[in-house]
Amino acid sequence: MSSLPAASLRLHDPTRLRWGWFLFACAVLLASAVAGITVGPAGLTPGQVIGELAGGGAELSGTQRAIIWDIRLPRVVLGGLVGSLLSLAGASYQGVFRNPLADPYLLGVAAGGGLGATAVIVLWPSADSRLLPLAAFAGALAAAGLTYAVGRSVGGRSAVSLILAGVAVAAFFTALQTFVLQRNSETIRQVYSWILGRLATTGWQEVLVMVPYALVCGAGLMLHRRLLDVLSVGDAEAESLGVSSARVRTTVVVLATLATAAAVAVSGLIAFVGLVVPHTVRLLVGTSYRSLIPISAVTGGAFLILADMAARTVLSPLELPIGVITAFIGAPFFMMVLRTSRRYVT
Amino acid sequence: MISVEALSIAYQSGQPVLRDVGLTVEEGEWLGLIGPNGAGKSTLLRAIAGLLPHRGAIRFHGADNGSLRRRDRARSVALVPQEPAMPGGMTVIEYVLLGRTPHLPYLGSEGAADLAQARLAMEMLDLERLARRMLSELSGGERRRVALARAICQQADILLLDEPTGALDIGQGQKALELIAHLRSRRPMTIITAMHDLTLAGQFPDRLILLAGGRVVADGAPAQVLTPEHIRAIYRASVEVVNVNGGLAVVPMRTGTR
Repeated sequence: MSSLPAASLRLHDPTRLRWGWFLFACAVLLASAVAGITVGPAGLTPGQVIGELAGGGAELSGTQRAIIWDIRLPRVVLGGLVGSLLSLAGASYQGVFRNPLADPYLLGVAAGGGLGATAVIVLWPSADSRLLPLAAFAGALAAAGLTYAVGRSVGGRSAVSLILAGVAVAAFFTALQTFVLQRNSETIRQVYSWILGRLATTGWQEVLVMVPYALVCGAGLMLHRRLLDVLSVGDAEAESLGVSSARVRTTVVVLATLATAAAVAVSGLIAFVGLVVPHTVRLLVGTSYRSLIPISAVTGGAFLILADMAARTVLSPLELPIGVITAFIGAPFFMMVLRTSRRYVT
Repeated sequence: MISVEALSIAYQSGQPVLRDVGLTVEEGEWLGLIGPNGAGKSTLLRAIAGLLPHRGAIRFHGADNGSLRRRDRARSVALVPQEPAMPGGMTVIEYVLLGRTPHLPYLGSEGAADLAQARLAMEMLDLERLARRMLSELSGGERRRVALARAICQQADILLLDEPTGALDIGQGQKALELIAHLRSRRPMTIITAMHDLTLAGQFPDRLILLAGGRVVADGAPAQVLTPEHIRAIYRASVEVVNVNGGLAVVPMRTGTR
């Protein structure tokens, strides 16, 4: 009898990642990737795609090969990275702000990133595209700081006041962005499609721009997942456990904002991913950030690949902006979270 | 040993909460802090835990609190607030393991030894059965025990408990204090509890300090502090203090005509 509790603790070692769910999420990601590469006008089958990716594909034409390697695969990888980063950012913001409604888009961070990137596209068209994430980062960080300061001064720790501040900041930055655009009307069309969110790629270039940011943010946030659990008991108790909550919050906000900025710089404003994915994962694996962070990252990739597939096929041959698809799913989801989290909201 | 000298704390408005408080707590002693609402009991505990800026000195074994690194302090002082935050979706074992935080590297994660400490703390508080339960599913008494288990898991030799019987009924409150007495018999600890119930204060701690208006009014053995005169002067209550079974009981006396 006395060995029973020990055995049950070993089975449920909370310091470990929930591997079952993690592997399941990876399987979903791979399946989504294969589907994302297969679906479209080139008449490919999943078997052909898997065969070609595995290196043994035979009966494909040169055009089909080019479609797989130069068009579909970079787009799927980009979608995966963007979805992953937005979900990581959303989960992290929810953790440090202890706010179930936090999302890169709703906090105004994405709009700040959009303004930063737009300013560079419009005012300095010859700039290296690798600078875009950095410009977006500057704008996003300004927006994050402003939202936090306004939200605190208005409503202390209330969840809704932070989000209202975020919406106001987003409106302000979007207005600035529109102003910049109107003064430079020849670039409007290009930037307009980008504001709504798009994953159109020119081969692997965008992917290469993103990878370093994705690695830094992903690794940094992964390392902070236990500290996010510590922060969930509140600042004072975190301090009494020997953790500086201000230091953790600042680091995590900077990393999550960089992740948002990198995503915005290549794909524009894609709303609600950072809300939908972590909340869905939470329902399945529990609220501990140790599992939530890695599993949200993988699931977010799958989610955006599937959303992009829908964006390409719903009105085919026309393409919907992917932000439309995610908002279509995310806005009702947001209302649901708002309803179920009323106890945090007052 | 804890020593507090000339400790003064004020709210941001300038309104003083603690004025010139001085006290010492011997190693292994259980000190009870009593006093009316707003006397400064919680503030004193939070100051000792290093959470509040203050004037005056707080020392642990002679080392100044202000010069201790946050982590080092957390290894020797554990605080259980009056209403600990309990994230509903966290499991009991996950919550108890948070107590290991000051023993881990900044970005580190728990190892087998940390898990063993958590298991020991849960065993001491009879919580093994609840290890995988969500905090949102626990009763008030169970939450108290879980919060205490996290503090035990922190392996601090100074335990600060703010109203450990608050919001508990008479049976649960008694059990909570019996438990603290029992824990102290298993692991040597210095304990300071802020207490509301004067009869429980007369039975469990070794020594009492009566605070009022941010000052120490009386300090000594329970029989010296819990006197009808003190209680009349500070609480404006009319009571009798009776000896029961080696402890004290404070009994309110009706004053009006029956």
